Amino acid sequence: MSCDVAIVGAAETTELGRIPEMSQIQLHADAALNAIADAGLSISDIDGVATAGEQTTAIAHYLGIQPNWVDGTSVGGCSFMLHVRHAAAAIEAGLCETVLITHGESGRSQVGRGGFPRARSSLAGQFEMPYGPLGPPTLFTLPVMRYMKECGVSEEQLAMVAVVQREWAAQNPRASYRDPISVENVLDSKMIAYPFRKLMCCLVTDGGGALILTSAERAKDFPTRPVYVAGSGESVETPMVSQMDDFTSSRAFRMAGERAFASSGIRHDDVDHLMVYDAFAHLPLYGLEDLGFVERGEAADFVWERNTAPGGRLPMNTNGGGLSYMHSGMYGMYALQESVRQLRGTAPAQVKDARISFCLGVGGMFGASGAVVLSNEVI
Amino acid sequence: MPRSEPKRFLPEATPETRHFWEGTRAGELRLQRCADCDRAYFPPRPFCPRCGTREVEIFRATGRGRLYSYVISHRAAPGFEAPYSIAVVELEEGPRMMTNVVECAQTPETLELDMPVEVVFSEQSDEITLPLFRPSEAR
Repeated sequence: MSCDVAIVGAAETTELGRIPEMSQIQLHADAALNAIADAGLSISDIDGVATAGEQTTAIAHYLGIQPNWVDGTSVGGCSFMLHVRHAAAAIEAGLCETVLITHGESGRSQVGRGGFPRARSSLAGQFEMPYGPLGPPTLFTLPVMRYMKECGVSEEQLAMVAVVQREWAAQNPRASYRDPISVENVLDSKMIAYPFRKLMCCLVTDGGGALILTSAERAKDFPTRPVYVAGSGESVETPMVSQMDDFTSSRAFRMAGERAFASSGIRHDDVDHLMVYDAFAHLPLYGLEDLGFVERGEAADFVWERNTAPGGRLPMNTNGGGLSYMHSGMYGMYALQESVRQLRGTAPAQVKDARISFCLGVGGMFGASGAVVLSNEVI
Repeated sequence: MPRSEPKRFLPEATPETRHFWEGTRAGELRLQRCADCDRAYFPPRPFCPRCGTREVEIFRATGRGRLYSYVISHRAAPGFEAPYSIAVVELEEGPRMMTNVVECAQTPETLELDMPVEVVFSEQSDEITLPLFRPSEAR
């Protein structure tokens, strides 16, 4: 996989935030139609479909697509990174020509959305749910006290992640939250699950996004600037956060990241722009360390010293992230959309001359990861 | 009749985990150990997750460990009163398990990472007794 496949269509839903007038499947369709228009295609041109959160069968039928290839890989919010990886391989192998990847989620309004019940006999049902977790704010956050102790990270440093991302969001008209915040504001916001305050937790909004991929050769004929898939990686670790190997580092991040670097042949210095899925404030810290941008235990200082902030040397989560831009539940699609915007040169907070973007996703609670290296030049 | 209190989410044992829940009902914390690589593991399964052998044995753990990580939830799940800790304990034998740390203040000052803890058994129903942990007496 070396720039043989490109993203030629990319769009989010027309609106983001609160969309009670659309059911979840229509959010998929709204984003899909916008992406198809962006690429200058019609539905009949699509011959591959990948999605998560809804069945591929439902999405293909709803949109009237007759696919030669489908991928329903569903490993949480990073599923779309895995779809990009699988679609690139499928196009290269000649299984299909033009793949549509869709996401839509009525996370806030809950219109036409299936639940995620945990069976009482599942392992998580037996060995986690009886102890009172209430979803991600009390599960995804569970490793962080160990991380903070081992790495000497303070609550103020954790809060700084949210502060910096709000600075990026302030430049983005589509971001849910744009007013500047301070470390004190974050620490004074409502306690959700100590040490996590409300402003260290992601938004809950409605929205969707879609991508269209085809071969790099065909990509030249499209109206949009091609964004090449230069490399990728994926892995899964555990469906139970209490059983992750190392509470201070994600094995799935490390494995997906290493493979993405190796398959693209880039070095860390080559990365102009970074997205690290931020459902909670600690994730960018784990991401920076597990991808090797900094050494273990150095990420909090790196963020504190404004390296990832506007004007810093490694712009990260430039849309404002899940903490300030939007978070429907499976945020990975929005991270990919921002990488594409940066490489097309159309991002609201544009990184000057961005050539290579690294996009890291997480699924479940450190359960899965997908990483994609994108470039606007063939590398 | 007064309305009953909402109950906490309770597990349902499977053939592979039955020994664990029979153990807690009998006041024992039961783990499994691989006969080949001699490592204890959790959650239960009838083979070693490291080497794959089915030659595994069930044994009674000491029930002692240390507080490995936690959050303090400020929203109450059914059957809980906020704030309460959702914790991970690292057992002496090596495996980690989720639990609640009880019989102490639910504050960061009291819930000190690495403090020694010991299991207490909390009967929830005829079938299910949950292993919870409290600060060890001999601290």
